[in-house]
Amino acid sequence: MTKINIDGKELDVPAEFTLLQACEEAGAEIPRFCFHERLSIAGNCRMCLVEVKGGPPKPTASCAMAVRDLRPGPNGEAPVVLTNSPMARKARAGVMEFLLINHPLDCPICDQGGECDLQDQAMAYGVDSSRYAENKRAVEDKYIGPLVKTSMNRCIHCTRCVRFTAEVAGTGDMGAIGRGEDMEITTYLEAAMTSELQGNVTDLCPVGALLPKPQSFRSRPWELTKTQSIDVMDALGSNIRIDTRGREVIRILPRNNDAVNEEWISDKTRQIVDGLKTQRLDRPYVRKNGRLTAVSWNEAFAAIAAKVKTTAPAKIGAIAGDLESVEEMFALKALMSSLGSASIDCRQDGSKLDPKAGRASYIFNPTIAGIENADAVLIVGSNPRKEAPVLNARIRKRWLRGDLAVGVIGQQVDLTYAIQYLGAGADTLSDVAAGKGFGEILAKAARPLVIVGQGALSRTDGAAILALAAKLAVKGDWNGLAILHTAASRVGGLDLGFVPGEGGLDAAAMAKGGVDVLFNLGADEIDIAAGAFVIYQGSHGDRGAHRADVILPGAAYTEKSGTYVNTEGRVQMADRASFPPGDAREDWAVLRALSDAIGKRLPFDSLAALRAALYAAHPHFAHLDAIEPGDAASLASLSAGALDKSPFVNAIDDFYLTNPIARASAVMAECSALAKGRLRQAAE
Amino acid sequence: MTVRRLAEKQPPSFEFTPENQTWAEKEIAKYPPGRQASAVIPLLWRAQAQNDYWVTKPAIETIAGMLDMPFIRVLEIATFYSMFNLEPVGKHFIQLCGTTPCALRGAEDIKKVCATRIGEQRHVSVDGKFSWLEVECLGACSNAPMVQINDDYYEDLTPENFNKLLDDLAAGRPVQKGSQVGRISSEPEPRKGTTLEDASLYDGSVVGSWRKRFDESIAAAASAAAEKK
Repeated sequence: MTKINIDGKELDVPAEFTLLQACEEAGAEIPRFCFHERLSIAGNCRMCLVEVKGGPPKPTASCAMAVRDLRPGPNGEAPVVLTNSPMARKARAGVMEFLLINHPLDCPICDQGGECDLQDQAMAYGVDSSRYAENKRAVEDKYIGPLVKTSMNRCIHCTRCVRFTAEVAGTGDMGAIGRGEDMEITTYLEAAMTSELQGNVTDLCPVGALLPKPQSFRSRPWELTKTQSIDVMDALGSNIRIDTRGREVIRILPRNNDAVNEEWISDKTRQIVDGLKTQRLDRPYVRKNGRLTAVSWNEAFAAIAAKVKTTAPAKIGAIAGDLESVEEMFALKALMSSLGSASIDCRQDGSKLDPKAGRASYIFNPTIAGIENADAVLIVGSNPRKEAPVLNARIRKRWLRGDLAVGVIGQQVDLTYAIQYLGAGADTLSDVAAGKGFGEILAKAARPLVIVGQGALSRTDGAAILALAAKLAVKGDWNGLAILHTAASRVGGLDLGFVPGEGGLDAAAMAKGGVDVLFNLGADEIDIAAGAFVIYQGSHGDRGAHRADVILPGAAYTEKSGTYVNTEGRVQMADRASFPPGDAREDWAVLRALSDAIGKRLPFDSLAALRAALYAAHPHFAHLDAIEPGDAASLASLSAGALDKSPFVNAIDDFYLTNPIARASAVMAECSALAKGRLRQAAE
Repeated sequence: MTVRRLAEKQPPSFEFTPENQTWAEKEIAKYPPGRQASAVIPLLWRAQAQNDYWVTKPAIETIAGMLDMPFIRVLEIATFYSMFNLEPVGKHFIQLCGTTPCALRGAEDIKKVCATRIGEQRHVSVDGKFSWLEVECLGACSNAPMVQINDDYYEDLTPENFNKLLDDLAAGRPVQKGSQVGRISSEPEPRKGTTLEDASLYDGSVVGSWRKRFDESIAAAASAAAEKK
């Protein structure tokens, strides 16, 4: 710790702190453009100038000067930093004047207006008129992809976007060409960015140079209602903020949560917005003479009740989809057990995970933040870049720190960091488990992280692979078994025990015709064979609805308050940001009304009552933002079995089109087409 | 400086010649593993030399591949340095210094010669022999004005001797590198200057001579004004 005097206040800070960090510690606000906590220090905007005594006798960029570089005074006084002296203020005003020389005066037509760092800081340090009579610089706008609109006249060359794509995203998409006055931010020959995290550059941009393209000229930040929510596009449970105007969701932004998504979100999370408005199911439908016909709620319920009453309980089943909250799965499970059916399943992809083996067998035990403690990583049957891009960025962050071996078994893919490709299938895994090759590295590691994807777990030998992986991952107190889910609802469903009970059928058996009445709660990734009477409850007219005999319109994740458990087992609650369209209702309420219609009334009349029942049955759901740890000892009960020789196939092929909301989104379709075009080009 | 972009017409591919490839591998090996990107400038330079003195898009991509860098990182470097030509240049590529000392000694006149004989900057003349570019100081100020043609300096230029130089280059005749008025490096011009061997430096006759020159010129101006009246 080093003593430093900031604005007359003496305090102790670690010597490796920068002056900017020390000033923040002292409560002084330092303006900045280029500095960002999660990116490397560039020191090129010069906005964070402060006056120092005990350092160079000129204004000093506080973001790039370390506390340890300052000398004490002649009598051993602590070095002095002045953040608000006339010299510092004048220096910043000078910097601001230079920045504004070439910045256009187009705030009234700029989408960043109202949340613009330059605008805000110009209020503090700008002058009201310009002394610059010469021509302003003009820069061509660039195409850098379907998600980011550019207006390069506004760019102040902070290079945050360049550093983000190079460091966090790891794709190195953006760069600064030319120099001096002619420096321009662009991608290589205006190709679209390739990162799944590229949307974050619009948040990072301190001015209106990079803006979210789909939201162009749509809204002003002060008109929007902000709701804190949880993302369901992947199993990471990124913390998001949903901005709405009236009933319309305008945009989705990340919230900071260091334990989960830091401050990034994937492009799917961010730009799914237009998918929430198209292909929506806004009224109930019943199939009459082979055609789906719009009907009233009562008619739809009557059709279901008539069918359910004439069907034996053993021939009724339910499958829960990937985007469902814990509440509706709990309600559906209660309804199915009151009907006397044990055929329920939340694993439409056929995953072999089973809650019987304990919570440790199906969560990301080391936690997402714990990735940074790992000293060796083995990825089995997964492409984290597509299955959870933000989590992949966390692995990359750990890899950048150095001294991390990453082995991959499965498909060989570009993960944005160096990998050792070990092999394609379960044979390689058993070699590694036997301590050969990469197994030696894992054996030496004190905290090995074994990421197992659904590509390895949804095969027939999934349970055996899980047992092998668990053996590799547990070292003393460290449980490195990390199950990477692809569905936001999965861990919640497994926690609830939404899996076949005694004598019950699993999802594949039900879909193949094992039941006569199938209740499909938003499961769109499974093909249901002809024959069964299918009740589809969901928000979008996608695969599930096409196969349905009765459609019950439900709410999308932005339209309901729900609990979600992410892949590491963290319980998080999303708030409702808007309302379902038309006759659609929140899913738990639909199930409650349906239960009444079929004479098996569920014992709750409000969401609060439902949650009370849920917390009584499963207390850990009440502990929001906490992880109930799994017991590593229970992993020993996993039984080994015969391994299949076929190679692992990753669960996600097209990152942009993994769920019904994404498939309804034109923006995602464009991104998907671009990504496919790149793949084709690479193959040629 | 102006905005620099890659040329519109690009060759389909680029490959180092076998000698240059060996040289490039040696150059890359100079840097520790993981730091190969440090070799980017030498490689670009060699690629430019190999390819009629300009850097092509395929060359940028080839070098990026050799050094395991994203394409944009190499493009950044190629566009940063004005010494990398991104467009085809003439057989004799003239870099004309337009910075202050040369400008004071008549670089503007040399520029006019270029403009009339060759045309606009950055354009190759019709016969493909010449193109020119105004650049910042090339560090031969004592021999101003000067130009660099390909790898050589041509100094002490006047419109006349510069025109003759261009004629000779165009015709393929041998030319004099360096000073065009016959001095060696930056020695004083013959007849006009004083060397350290000059006796007048040591007999005191030079002392105050500059003052005398001023007085004379003032007197001459005064007498001229009186005559006018």
